[in-house]
Amino acid sequence: MTASTDPRLLRLHPADNVLTVIATLEAGARIRVGDAEVVVPARLPLGHKVAARDIAAGEKIVKYGAPIGSASRPIAAGEHAHTHNIQSDYLPTFLREDQTRYFDQHHA
Amino acid sequence: MNGYLRSDGRKGIRNVTVVVYLVECAHHVAREVVFPSREQGVHLLGFPGCYPNAYAHRMLKQLCTHPNVGAALLVSLGCEGFNRKNLLEDIRATGRPADVLVIQETGGTRKTIEEGRAWIAKALEQTAAVPRVAMEVSDLVVGTVCGGSDATSGITANPAVGRTFDLLVQNGARVVFEETGELIGCEQIMASRAARPELAPELIACVEKAGRYYTTLGHGSFAPGNAEGGLTTLEEKSMGAYSKSGNSPISGILKPGDVPPAAGLYLLDVVPDGEVRWGFPNISDIQEIGELIACGSHVTLFTTGRGSVVGSAISPVIKICANPETYRRLSEDMDVNAGRILEGAATLDDVGREIYDRILRVAAGEKTASEAMGHSEFSLVYKSFDPLGPACLPR
Repeated sequence: MTASTDPRLLRLHPADNVLTVIATLEAGARIRVGDAEVVVPARLPLGHKVAARDIAAGEKIVKYGAPIGSASRPIAAGEHAHTHNIQSDYLPTFLREDQTRYFDQHHA
Repeated sequence: MNGYLRSDGRKGIRNVTVVVYLVECAHHVAREVVFPSREQGVHLLGFPGCYPNAYAHRMLKQLCTHPNVGAALLVSLGCEGFNRKNLLEDIRATGRPADVLVIQETGGTRKTIEEGRAWIAKALEQTAAVPRVAMEVSDLVVGTVCGGSDATSGITANPAVGRTFDLLVQNGARVVFEETGELIGCEQIMASRAARPELAPELIACVEKAGRYYTTLGHGSFAPGNAEGGLTTLEEKSMGAYSKSGNSPISGILKPGDVPPAAGLYLLDVVPDGEVRWGFPNISDIQEIGELIACGSHVTLFTTGRGSVVGSAISPVIKICANPETYRRLSEDMDVNAGRILEGAATLDDVGREIYDRILRVAAGEKTASEAMGHSEFSLVYKSFDPLGPACLPR
């Protein structure tokens, strides 16, 4: 484990391009990612991920030093990285209907 | 630490007497035989089915002759399909006190319970005389399983166990990870860690088999709750579970009941071979722990985020709590608080070392949280396996 740019964000492997939120961030919270300071637009619970740098569409998402999917659209440094901008390279991730709405609300 | 020396040269860290029902119809009688001595290291095992099954037979043989077991009493109704004579001969061949009580021949419930309890009293005297010998880390087999996972499991407890596994392998132990159905997406990385080139395709085939099995059952290993917890893809969830394996080369593949032949890291293939026949490969964490023990595990490292409370018959379970909030609620049931990593109070290396030290103390006799509260769960159901291929084990 190497130190991340913000103590509330955990980098699990030096090669990772996403960081894991280890203390729930409320909307409006400011996080430091690399040289940038980013305002969190919506609540980010423990366990969710943000991009550690700008990621291009189609680029592999790397966590634990291993690919965990591909970016389905460009992701900016500090942006929430989840099912709305990452897809599995194996099987599609199925969400409950109410959960789809949850993400629509938070990423409209 | 000192171990109990068995006739096959293996050393145990416990000296348990097991009472084994050979069909569900004998379960009550077997449980009553155990009851008065349940706090003296007498544990209940059993198989519920009336129809014989080669896997269940091999599992019970391996469990009754496990180095942590000193004596075994089989309890049969009498008409079930289990080959009790064969099992009894195999246990007796190891020199352990062993016997079978057949309820239909002994004269029913009350007489069998009386005879069983008298047998246990004598067995406890005999097992107390088993010689103790010096035991090293290199004598240990350690398994790992995760259950009741949440978003914290894959970032604290699981990678901390990976650090522990690396330390154990460096010190000559044999360590086992499992649940191929939860490794989908990790097969290429796993294959790149194969200790021998011919093992790599076997590792991939193992995970592909699990993928086919779960697809047929219509059960994905990714629940909507996983996404709510921040997990985005199946392969991300798999990587979290996979991190329990650490960074050592993978020395081989085992199937339930295979004891690892040499030091190193092994993958236990828990998914049955052949067509889908028996339902879900493992119906609960308990069944997975039983399979790790049948492979010789002296201790099982159980990581949990939501907070499982289980223990096991035969071998102690060390519970490593991934989530600091769960730990505060269930601390009495937990052995290690890996959630401290999230609070900046410890590093993965610190917790990995703490788990390692705890294993040594438990091996020396210290009780785990679940042992101290009398947990001794066990579950065994139908499965079928083909023998291991020639590339699976080190030559």
